[in-house]
Formats: sequence, C-alpha cells, structure tokens
Amino acid sequence: MTPEINAGDTAWMLAATALVLLMTPALGLFYAGLVREKNTLNTFMMCLAAIGVAVITWAVVGYSLAFDGDGPIVGGLGHAFLDGVTFEPRDGTTIPHILFMAFQATFCIITTALVAGAVVERMRFVPFLVFAALWSVLVYAVLAHWAFGGGWLQEQGTLDFAGGVPVEMGSGFSALAAALVVGARKDYGRQALLPHNAMYVLVGAGLLWFGWFGFNGGSGFSTDNAGVLGFVNTLLTPAVTLVTWFVLDLIRSRQVTAIGAATAVIVGCVAITPSAGFLSPGWAMVLGVVATFPCYAAIAWRPRTRVDETLDVLAAHGIAGLTGILFIGFFAQADWNGVADGLVFGDAAQLGEQALAAVVAPAYAFGMTWVLLKVLGALMPLRGPAREEAVGMDLVHHGEEAYPTGEGAILISTEAGVDERVPVAQPA
Amino acid sequence: MKLVIGIVRPEKANDVLEALYRADVRGVSMTKILGHGGELDRVETYRGTRVKVGLADKVRFEVAVSDEFVEPTIEALCEGGRTGEVGDGKIFVVPLERAVRIRTGETDHGAVTPVGAAR
Repeated sequence: MTPEINAGDTAWMLAATALVLLMTPALGLFYAGLVREKNTLNTFMMCLAAIGVAVITWAVVGYSLAFDGDGPIVGGLGHAFLDGVTFEPRDGTTIPHILFMAFQATFCIITTALVAGAVVERMRFVPFLVFAALWSVLVYAVLAHWAFGGGWLQEQGTLDFAGGVPVEMGSGFSALAAALVVGARKDYGRQALLPHNAMYVLVGAGLLWFGWFGFNGGSGFSTDNAGVLGFVNTLLTPAVTLVTWFVLDLIRSRQVTAIGAATAVIVGCVAITPSAGFLSPGWAMVLGVVATFPCYAAIAWRPRTRVDETLDVLAAHGIAGLTGILFIGFFAQADWNGVADGLVFGDAAQLGEQALAAVVAPAYAFGMTWVLLKVLGALMPLRGPAREEAVGMDLVHHGEEAYPTGEGAILISTEAGVDERVPVAQPA
Repeated sequence: MKLVIGIVRPEKANDVLEALYRADVRGVSMTKILGHGGELDRVETYRGTRVKVGLADKVRFEVAVSDEFVEPTIEALCEGGRTGEVGDGKIFVVPLERAVRIRTGETDHGAVTPVGAAR
C-alpha cells in the first residue's frame, strides 16, 4: 500500500525547501564578507552560479543517479530528466515525489557552493562553472546515493540524518583537494589577507542558521517526531558551540571575535546535521561542545601551513561533519528516534558503521575532486595570470565592482544605444 | 631634504611598502586617490549601462627623507610599483624647505630621521 499524500507534511516540506534554498545566497554573503573587496562579487557569484548549474545537473541526471534504484555505488537513469518524478508520493514519505526531488536539489546546490570557498580569489569563473557542473554529479550525487539514496553505506546501516556524508564531509574534503590542485593565492603568506566586511559574515551566518532549520527540520520529510527533533537540535547544538567558541577565544586571546562567532554558528549547525534526528536534546548539546575543539584547532592550525584552503571549508564542514557522524555511533538513542542505539546505549556495531563512513566518504570526495580538477586543468587554465589576480576577480571576470564610486566614470552607452551627446561624468 | 611623492597602482601598494621597509625607509604616509596616467580606460557594465572609468584608483605615497635616502626611496618605489604595463605611475621629487617633529621640536635632518636610527 502506498501511503497517501499528507497535506501538513507537504506544506512543511515546501517551506523547508525554500528555507534551504536561502542558505546558498546566505553562504554567498558569508563568503563574500571574508574575501578582499576586489573579489566580493566573484565570490558571491560562485554561490549564485551553483544554484543555476546544480539545479540543471540535478534535474538532468544527478537526482536519478542519487535516488533511482538501490545499486551499491550509483543509482540508475530511470529518473533522468525527471522522468517519472510526479505528484505521487515518494516511497517511504507522504509528500509528492517531485517535492522530494526539489528538496534534495537544494542540498546539491549548497554543497556545490560550499566547495567554492576553497578556490575563491583566484580560480577563473568559466572553469569554475564547468567544475561545479561535473562535481555536482560525480561527487555529490554519488555520495548522496551512498548515504541516503539506497547505496551501500545506507544498506550496511550507516546513519546520516541530513547529509554529514555528502554535504559536510563531501564538501570539506573536496575543498582540500581543490585548494591543493588550484594552488595558493599569489599573495598568500606574503600579505595580510583580511575579511573586508565582517558584517556580511555575521549576517550570512545568521541567515544560514535560519535556513538550517529547513535543512535539518525537513530531513524527516514530515511533521512527525524525527523532523521536530531535528529542528529543535538545530537550535541547541549551534548555541552551545557558539558559547564554547567564546570560551576558547577568551582563553586564547582574551577577546571574543565576531568572525569566530560566525564560524562557530556554522560549525554547530554542521555538527548536528548528520545526527539531528538521532540524538536526544541533551546529547545534542554535548555534541555542541565536543565539535568545537577539533574545528577550532583546525582553523587555528591551517593558516600556518602552505595550504591556501581559503575559507576553511575543511575545518568548518569536513571536520565538523566527521565529528557529527562519529558522535551518532556513540550516542544515538532508539528511545528518542526509534531507529538505533549507539555504543553508549548498547550497540557497538553502530560505531563501526559510522566510522567506516567517516573514512570512505572523505577518501572518495578528495580523490574524485583531485582527478576532476587535474583533468579540467589539462583542458583549460584554472587560473589567470598573477596580474589579473592582483587587479581582482570582479573586474577581470565580471567587469563590475562591488563598491563603485562613480567618480570619474563616464557614460558611453545605455540599453537604448550609443549616447550621441557629449559624454558627461556620471553622478555618483 | 626632499619630499618623494610616488603614485602607484593600489594592487602594488603592499609591494612598495615592503620595498621601502627593506630599504630602511621609515616615515611614510599613504593616500588613496583617483588619477589618470594615459592607460587604457576600463569599461564596466551595470544592467546594460556601460561606463568608462576614466579615473583609476591609485595610491599616493609621500616620503620625506634626508638627502642620502632620496635614491633608495626612489629605487624602492620603482621596484615595488613596477608591472611593466602602462599605468604603473610616477615619482616626483620636491625640495623640502623645513621639517619639524611635533613631539620634540627637532627640525630638518633630525625630524626626518627615524627615532633610534643611526644619523
């Protein structure tokens, strides 16, 4: 018997899908604030481009590879071009299949945008578009199939509520590979490369948290307990991470930094993502403390290396996601989710299943991204000359500035055609 | 005593600061300015409106130095600011009549020599 469509579930999932889509422009704001002024637009554009590109690849083939059938490595092509994705309920849910597809599309989008954080301020825009298209299929769709599309990780019992495997570890370890292949910015290690707008970073982080309620709250695909637990845990864990981060900041430098606070919100949200529907609220708060330490350490350590993984995708997403995935193995509680117990509640095998995912997903994401960018780099230059990097990606690739003054700018033509009058200085 | 004025590309400002530092030149002021030195105009497009940005962002360094530091300062400005393309900027050297250090009242050579430096 196929279950009926449930109006309440469908209404919530429509809202949740819109919430998750908001996360990608929010990420654009977060990332754009962290880069230098001359790369503001380019950085935001990479996130915006991910929406365009990943929606198309998802509809054409990504969704099908992730969610059609239960082959161990990839799904089938039965849903290519959204064939058979209709108003009928998706198996195991009470929402229309087409809505399920749209909700999952927003995950593919934000994950693709996340990887951009590793290569901003230097990668050329067109190669990035090609990379985003291929990555969304070759890495994201494959990992999504493994973790929750019926693939081998799900088959052998790995738990991943809202995307610790494909979204968080997938983006984090791909980011490391991308940073290594594309190489460091020319000024890296020579100049102080400071965030140009801390307010964007804070506003972006706030909007990301807001969107995350759809991300985790929607991953139960209904308004029942799993979704509600996921929603509440998304409130608890980041709050605890935030305060823990404050304490670490205070111990380290006797000041509480704003950029650090914004990062802490992301780390908390990421850590609870895989485990949101599996932990009791109490353990979700403990996770907020536990996840802070490895991420804080990774962010403090990375700038001392030659690895210019520019916006710390690995530390904030890869490491936090990995922590969350492992945490399930210890503290999942069938009393709360009706699914499984972790080691502490009597099932040691669950930890083994989680640990396997924590090894295999990073390895695949890193390896595949490395190969993909090496091949792409052989076909087209991934970076422009050093001079273009010095001028900034905004002017070179978009012909625009984020903060034009208008002083000294002369109108040469409008949409109506070339202006025949004597050129005059444009009012600011 | 001379006032050395160097107008350079903003993206080379950091290289210039580094070169000045290595040449032991201290006491520098830096201003963001708009200017035009004959380079090609930059065209930007905003929703179909195309504009020619005639004045480009530049950075102006002003360095007051004693005579023995004039050459090292010019060399540092050239070395740090050069890309080889049109628009690298210019250096002007202007005679300096008087200099006073406000804190101590020292004048001229003493005023433009960094504190603690060998005279």
